[in-house]
Amino acid sequence: MRRTVGALLRKELLVELRTLESVPGMSLFAVTTFVVFHFALNRNVVDGDLAAGILWVTLLFAAILGINRLFVADAEEGGFDGFLLAPVDRSAMLLAKAVTLLAYLLVLELVAVPAFALLLLGPPLGQALPGLLGVLALGDLGVAAIGTLVAALAVRTRARDLLGPLLALPLLVPIVIGGARASSPVLASAHHGGPSARWLLTLGLYDLVFGLIAYALFDFLLED
Amino acid sequence: MYGKGLRALSISTVAVMTAALALVFFYAPLEAEQGFLQKIFYVHVPLAIVALCGFVAGGIMAIQHLRTRDPSWDMRSYVAIHMSLIFGVGTLITGSIWAKGSWGHWWVWDEPTLVSFLIVFLLYATYQPLRFAIEDPERQARYASVFAITAGAFVPLNFIAVRLSTAYVHPRVLGGTSNLPAPMALTFVVSLVAIALLYTTLCKYELTAKHARAQLRALRRRLAGEGAAAAPVRKGRSAAPTTLRPAAMMTARATGKDGI
Repeated sequence: MRRTVGALLRKELLVELRTLESVPGMSLFAVTTFVVFHFALNRNVVDGDLAAGILWVTLLFAAILGINRLFVADAEEGGFDGFLLAPVDRSAMLLAKAVTLLAYLLVLELVAVPAFALLLLGPPLGQALPGLLGVLALGDLGVAAIGTLVAALAVRTRARDLLGPLLALPLLVPIVIGGARASSPVLASAHHGGPSARWLLTLGLYDLVFGLIAYALFDFLLED
Repeated sequence: MYGKGLRALSISTVAVMTAALALVFFYAPLEAEQGFLQKIFYVHVPLAIVALCGFVAGGIMAIQHLRTRDPSWDMRSYVAIHMSLIFGVGTLITGSIWAKGSWGHWWVWDEPTLVSFLIVFLLYATYQPLRFAIEDPERQARYASVFAITAGAFVPLNFIAVRLSTAYVHPRVLGGTSNLPAPMALTFVVSLVAIALLYTTLCKYELTAKHARAQLRALRRRLAGEGAAAAPVRKGRSAAPTTLRPAAMMTARATGKDGI
């Protein structure tokens, strides 16, 4: 199992490194979205609720770009067939893809969060960073689990570019609720404490449940 | 196969519906604050409860489908979700009317139940497009089941998350039947039973109709000759599963032979 996941993961990252199809696009999209928010809201600096909302919406939509592309190469170039011919556990693919998506999101945030601090965020990033990292990590786990399941569900349909986001957005709403509520005190100008434990717990539980659901159901998407 | 007991079910539905309406209009007292408007509670809340239970039931039937690979479970899951979507539209409309009447706005964001219902509804609204977008019937059934299970699990989780997100919850009639006066609680329970019966009856009608149509199609194909029994022709725009199991086709053939 571990060897299979490792091999799949190496293949995914190698493909991404050679084609650079997803991550640069996602990062660029996020930075552009911050600029769009600046003009749409007519604000030079944001903090608190508004900052948390902008950050999470931007990350979410950038993530959806990655989710949409996650399985496209496998569906079009016969990656699924090759994988199904190999005598390995099918959950390995779920795990490899989820870790791939997680890596994409981490790189995305490596670009997007400093860009956000530079372009829009009022309070300095340094004081917000420790709290924000935890919230982002929990949010990323959930996005990776749900995103992988939804991407696999949508990729072999006729309208996959449409269905992927339509399926993913409502499922990701609780993550936005948890993420935005947890990070808004961290991003407030009058800094008061870290993210509330209640929201971190909610995010963690949601991640866990959807991780299990994705694990239980993924095999059924890979049967033909 | 599905038509058994349909008449008794229909009659009892009509009877309980009549009783519920009579209780709502003649028995339940007027609420002190909202007056006549509060009567919509007896339609809105049962509709919402039945729709949500239908969504979850669709998920459970989908689990059955994935376990047994019996397409009839996929059909049941489809019908349950389809009917719940229709009830969901009713819930949103009656909810909006109620909100407009009591708070003066068509939509309020600080009512967690309404908001989470909208999110669930938006998710399930992609169920039919998902089915449409997959050609192969077997894969369509499998993918739809995966969706139905995921979404069925999402229903309670989403309610918890949205309820947490609102700072305060309106301590009104939605708080459950415990704080209702006895006549109101009785009326509410009868309304709930009535709407649940209506849901069951409509589901049964749809299942029966779909099954009868599939059998008819099989017989017609048999009449046209065995050679013409190639691809099932889909008429009209419907995302309904066109499952005629090999077994069902056999019975259709057998009865056809008996007839001849």
